[in-house]
Amino acid sequence: MSAPAARPGSAPAPASAASSGRGDGPWPHVLLAWPTVALTVLFLVPLGIIAALGFFRRIQAGFFEVAFVTDNYARALDAFHLERLTVSVVLALAATLVTLLLAVPFTFLLTRRPRARQVPYLVLVLASLSLSEVIVAFAWSLLLSRTSGVSNLLVAIGVMDAPASWSPGLPAVLLAYVFIALPLAVLSLYPTFSRLDQELPEAAGTMGATPLAGFVTVVLPLVRRAVAATGALVFIFVLGAYVIPQTLGRPAQWTMPVQITDQAIMKNHLPLAASLAIVLLVVSSLIAVAIVALGTGRWPRLALPRRAR
Amino acid sequence: MSRWLRRAMFALVVAYLLAPLVVVAGVSLNPRQVLFFPPEGFSLRWYGTAFSDPGWYRPAINSLLVATFAALIAVSIALPLSYVMWRYRVGYAKAVMAMGLAPFALPPVITALGALALWIVLQSYGQPHTVVLSHGAFLTTLPLATLTVGLQNLNPQLVEAARTMGATGGTVFRTIVFPYVRPYLLAGFVFAFVLSLNEYIIAYMTVGFTFETLPVKIFASLRYGYSPVMAAISVLFFAVAVALFALVGRVGDLPRLLGADERA
Repeated sequence: MSAPAARPGSAPAPASAASSGRGDGPWPHVLLAWPTVALTVLFLVPLGIIAALGFFRRIQAGFFEVAFVTDNYARALDAFHLERLTVSVVLALAATLVTLLLAVPFTFLLTRRPRARQVPYLVLVLASLSLSEVIVAFAWSLLLSRTSGVSNLLVAIGVMDAPASWSPGLPAVLLAYVFIALPLAVLSLYPTFSRLDQELPEAAGTMGATPLAGFVTVVLPLVRRAVAATGALVFIFVLGAYVIPQTLGRPAQWTMPVQITDQAIMKNHLPLAASLAIVLLVVSSLIAVAIVALGTGRWPRLALPRRAR
Repeated sequence: MSRWLRRAMFALVVAYLLAPLVVVAGVSLNPRQVLFFPPEGFSLRWYGTAFSDPGWYRPAINSLLVATFAALIAVSIALPLSYVMWRYRVGYAKAVMAMGLAPFALPPVITALGALALWIVLQSYGQPHTVVLSHGAFLTTLPLATLTVGLQNLNPQLVEAARTMGATGGTVFRTIVFPYVRPYLLAGFVFAFVLSLNEYIIAYMTVGFTFETLPVKIFASLRYGYSPVMAAISVLFFAVAVALFALVGRVGDLPRLLGADERA
């Protein structure tokens, strides 16, 4: 849910009461003081610390000492971690694709409904989005287990001979990834889709297009930017998930967040965790930008909110 | 699109989102300490355990405290920031806004690692205020998003009229802007509150087991012994989230709060 209104292409000409900037006195700066200090200390400084930490030396007695060594990055880019990185990216891309295939038609159809009818679905989507990753992992481990899972249902209707356990494993990780990503994707697509002209698909229908053809040729081109931005958002969100691959995955599905958390908490090796985090950050940003470029046909400009003035 | 296609799509998404919860709810009703679905009986004892066992209700109280204060901090950052963005032209406000929106553009594990590193450097790792502040900054994005939508929908002519009549900036804010954005503020608070309540990785990296929150407790149980209490707690969590979002939907116009435009 990253600023529905701030996504490029989603907002119509915004109303604003922005004043010229002269003669405002100190008020804007007074008002901005707390947000500036809070976000700098709590967001920017930690990123800076991580960037520096990747070059520090780990010490056994404490956390780390200030130094300039490249060992951590050498290890973060060794064969083992590059394989983990590849696994993370491939899993996240697969989950993103499945999520968009579900979320795009669902959100489109939802926004064609009367507003009052949408509310129960929106409440369900919001409640699912807020569900802890821990609870999601627990729920899917039950759902895919032998004792309480869907395989019992399939046995009961005669599709399978004996109940099976599908967790941990690749299907469990992907199903849970899509579960956490779907509500986020719906909410991210929602503003753009609900502002689409209600009559457009109908007009396409009147002109003889089938509903599917109308959707693909008329609607999709109008929402490309929003779909691409949502794809990037979902990709990054899934790529950063820790509990799901850790709990529902076998070691083959243990992603970068599992390695980062393992180094930071279990092995107490903060410099290595930090260098892994920076590698993940760089790769995820590059791929997110590529997703947006792929979706819109051009490279995105700095992703600042469009209505910012 | 044709009606059956719509119905099939809605059914698929609703089933996908609800299936895990149906199983969890079923498992929470087992009379014995087993995780069977369908349950092998009917008992609400695990809901009783959730409220009577300090091992479960203490983390719950911790989580509620963290979520309340974190949501207050998120709103306290988002309200002045979104107001200045809307009302004034200040160069660096854009940069501050970008910082407010950025946490959702980062893999969550990196935000958590950043919080861990920050609080180690400030030598307050493990203290309760660390998770409150880190959650507050992380979740600022949500009230920032709802408030930006709210201010966008506010008719600037109203403000212009008030100014023409001689109202000062403060008066305009008190009498026009604040009453107008109140539902958006409430929605932003609720989003931040519910997400903080459910957040795991930042809480784990900032306070971990020294100030155990409910998700951290559930994760520990996930690794060292499943119990139907976890299912009962999960059901309660989902119920709280549904109740709060339904309340927001009742007080305000949910589609509009989420970014649909004015037309009904």
